[in-house]
Amino acid sequence: MSADTPTPEFKGVLGWIDYRLPLVTWGYKELVAYPTPKNLNYFWNFGSLAGIVLVIQIVTGIVLAMHYVPHADYAFASVEHIMRNVNYGWLLRYGHAVGASMFFIVVYVHMFRGLYYGSYKAPRELLWMIGVVILLLMMATAFMGYVLPWGQMSFWGATVITNLFSAVPVVGPSLVTWLWGGFSVDNATLQRFFSLHYLLPFTIAAMAFLHILALHQHGSNNPVGIDITKKDKVPFHPYYTVKDVFGLFVFLLFMGAFVFYGPNVLGHPDNYIPADPLVTPAHIVPEWYFLPFYAILRAFDFDIGLFGFTLIDAKLGGVLAMFGSIVVLFFLPWLDTSKVRSSNYRPLHFWFFWLFVANAVFLGYVGAMPAEGIWPTAAKIGTFWYFAHFLVVLPLLGRFERTRPVPESINKPVLSGQTVTGAQAQPAE
Amino acid sequence: MATEAPDSGTRRDFLNIAGWTGLGLGAAAFAWPLIDQMNPSADVLALATVRIDVATVDEGMAISVLWRGKPVFVRHRTPTEIEEAEGVDVAELRDPQTDAERVIQPQWLVQVGICTHLGCVPLGNKPGEPKGDYGGWFCPCHGSHYDTSGRIRKGPAPRNLEVPAYEFLSDTEISVG
Repeated sequence: MSADTPTPEFKGVLGWIDYRLPLVTWGYKELVAYPTPKNLNYFWNFGSLAGIVLVIQIVTGIVLAMHYVPHADYAFASVEHIMRNVNYGWLLRYGHAVGASMFFIVVYVHMFRGLYYGSYKAPRELLWMIGVVILLLMMATAFMGYVLPWGQMSFWGATVITNLFSAVPVVGPSLVTWLWGGFSVDNATLQRFFSLHYLLPFTIAAMAFLHILALHQHGSNNPVGIDITKKDKVPFHPYYTVKDVFGLFVFLLFMGAFVFYGPNVLGHPDNYIPADPLVTPAHIVPEWYFLPFYAILRAFDFDIGLFGFTLIDAKLGGVLAMFGSIVVLFFLPWLDTSKVRSSNYRPLHFWFFWLFVANAVFLGYVGAMPAEGIWPTAAKIGTFWYFAHFLVVLPLLGRFERTRPVPESINKPVLSGQTVTGAQAQPAE
Repeated sequence: MATEAPDSGTRRDFLNIAGWTGLGLGAAAFAWPLIDQMNPSADVLALATVRIDVATVDEGMAISVLWRGKPVFVRHRTPTEIEEAEGVDVAELRDPQTDAERVIQPQWLVQVGICTHLGCVPLGNKPGEPKGDYGGWFCPCHGSHYDTSGRIRKGPAPRNLEVPAYEFLSDTEISVG
C-alpha cells in the first residue's frame, strides 16, 4: 500500500487534450493519485465537505436569484413568492438558508480539527491563513445574505453591523453613510448587498482553490502530526474518495433533517415580520454562527482610558475586540510555539484545547442572552479567556509543556498502540 | 553627453516618475466614480424636511416620526423630567452637554431616535416601555441608558442621542431638517 502511483499516458481524446492543455494530468495528480496519509480520521472529512456545501450554496443561490427581487418594497414578498409559488421554491430557499448554517458547522469543525492537530504549523501557515480569509469572506457573505429577505432581523442586523464601522475614528460616520448609500439602511443598501452576496461566493471558491493548492504542496497533516513518508500514504482515489462520499451521505442525512423537519429551527421567527425602521425587535440576535463574536462585541461596555483620558471608547473597543478575535487567528502559527503538532502528544494543550472549545460554546450562549444581569460579566470572562488562550496560554505552553514522545512513523501507533519504545522523549525547547 | 555623465539616469528617472504618477492619477480618476457611486444618490439627498404637528402630544407623552429613514423622537417633558435633566452635574457625563444646549423650548425634547452605539431604536417613547435607569430611554440591543435629556448615562453608547437641526414654525408645529 503506497501512494507511488505513476501518472498514466492518456490516449485518444483525453490524450489529445492533455498534450495541449495538461488538465487531465493535473486532475489525475491532484484528485486521483494525490498521496494522502493513511491514518486520517473522520475529522478530515470536513474539508471536502465544506467544498461540497459551497457548491450547494452557489447552485441554490443562483436559481433563487432568478426569482428574488432585490428591492426594499418587493424583497420580503418575493421570498414568500418563492416559498409559495415557485416550483420547489421552498426546497431551494430552505436548502440555501439551512445550507448557510451547515457551512458554518462544517467549517467550525474543520477549524477545531486544525486547532487540535496543529495543522496550522510549519509548513502549513499560509494554508491556515488562507482558511481564515475564507472564514472572513463567509461571514461577510452570510451576513449580507441574511439581509436579503428584508425581515425585522435582516434590517436590524444590517443596521447594527454596518454601524460597527461608525466606531472608526474621524471618518466613521461618512464611511457608514457610504456603506448605506443613504442615512439609514434602506433600498440602496439592500441592492448593493444583493450584488455583493452574489459576488463573494465566487471569491470564496477562488480562495478555496488556493487553499487546496497550498494543501497539496506539503500534503495533509494527520492525527499523529508528524511528517510522514510516501510509504505511509495512500492514493486519494479510491481510499478517500470513498470515505468522503460516505461522510457526505451522513452529512446529507443531518442537513436533510433540518431542511425537511426543522427548516426554521436555526433561524429567528422575527425575520418573518417585514422590516420596520421605527421598531427595533426586543432582542436583536444574530444567526447562531455569529453569537460568540457578538458576545465579544458586547463584552466592551466600558471605556479604556489612561490618566482620565479616554483612549478607546466602549464602542470602538467592542469593534476592535470582535475583529481582533479573527485577526488573532492569522497569527496563530506563530503564537503556538510548540514544535509538536498533534494534541495527542501534548497533555496540557489537550485540556486547554477543550477549554477553548467550551469557552467558544459558552460565548455563543452568552451572545444569545440579553445584555442584562450577569450576562455582560459572563461575556467579559469569556472574551478574556478567548484572547488569553491565544496570547498567553499558547506561547507559554510551547515553553513549559512537557510533551509525550512522538512516534517516528505512523506505523508504530497503528501497529503497537500508543507505546513507543524506540523514540526518545523530546520536551520542546 | 560628457556634461551630464555622473547622473545620466536623470532623464529616464524623470520619465519613470512622471509615467507612474500619471498612471496612478489615471487609475484613481477611474476608481473614484466606482467608489462614489455608493454614496447617497440625489433622490436620497433630496429628502428634505418633515413637519411635525405636536398639538396632540400631551405632557409626559412622546411620538416617533420618520425622517430620512430614521425615527425622530419628540417628547413633551414634564416639569420633573426637565428638573432632573437640568440638575445633572455635566462634568460627570460621558458626552458633556447641558440640558439647555439640547433643547429650544425646555418642554419639547426633539432628537433622532437612534442609539449612538449601533443604531437600534431605544425604548421609552411609548407608555409601558422601559425607560432605563435614568428615566429617559433604554436601548435593548446592548443596554445603553439615556436620561430625560437623551444623554448617555450608562452602557456602551459613546454619545448622547443626536439633536437634529429643527425649528418651531409655531407653538405646536416643528420643522425637522
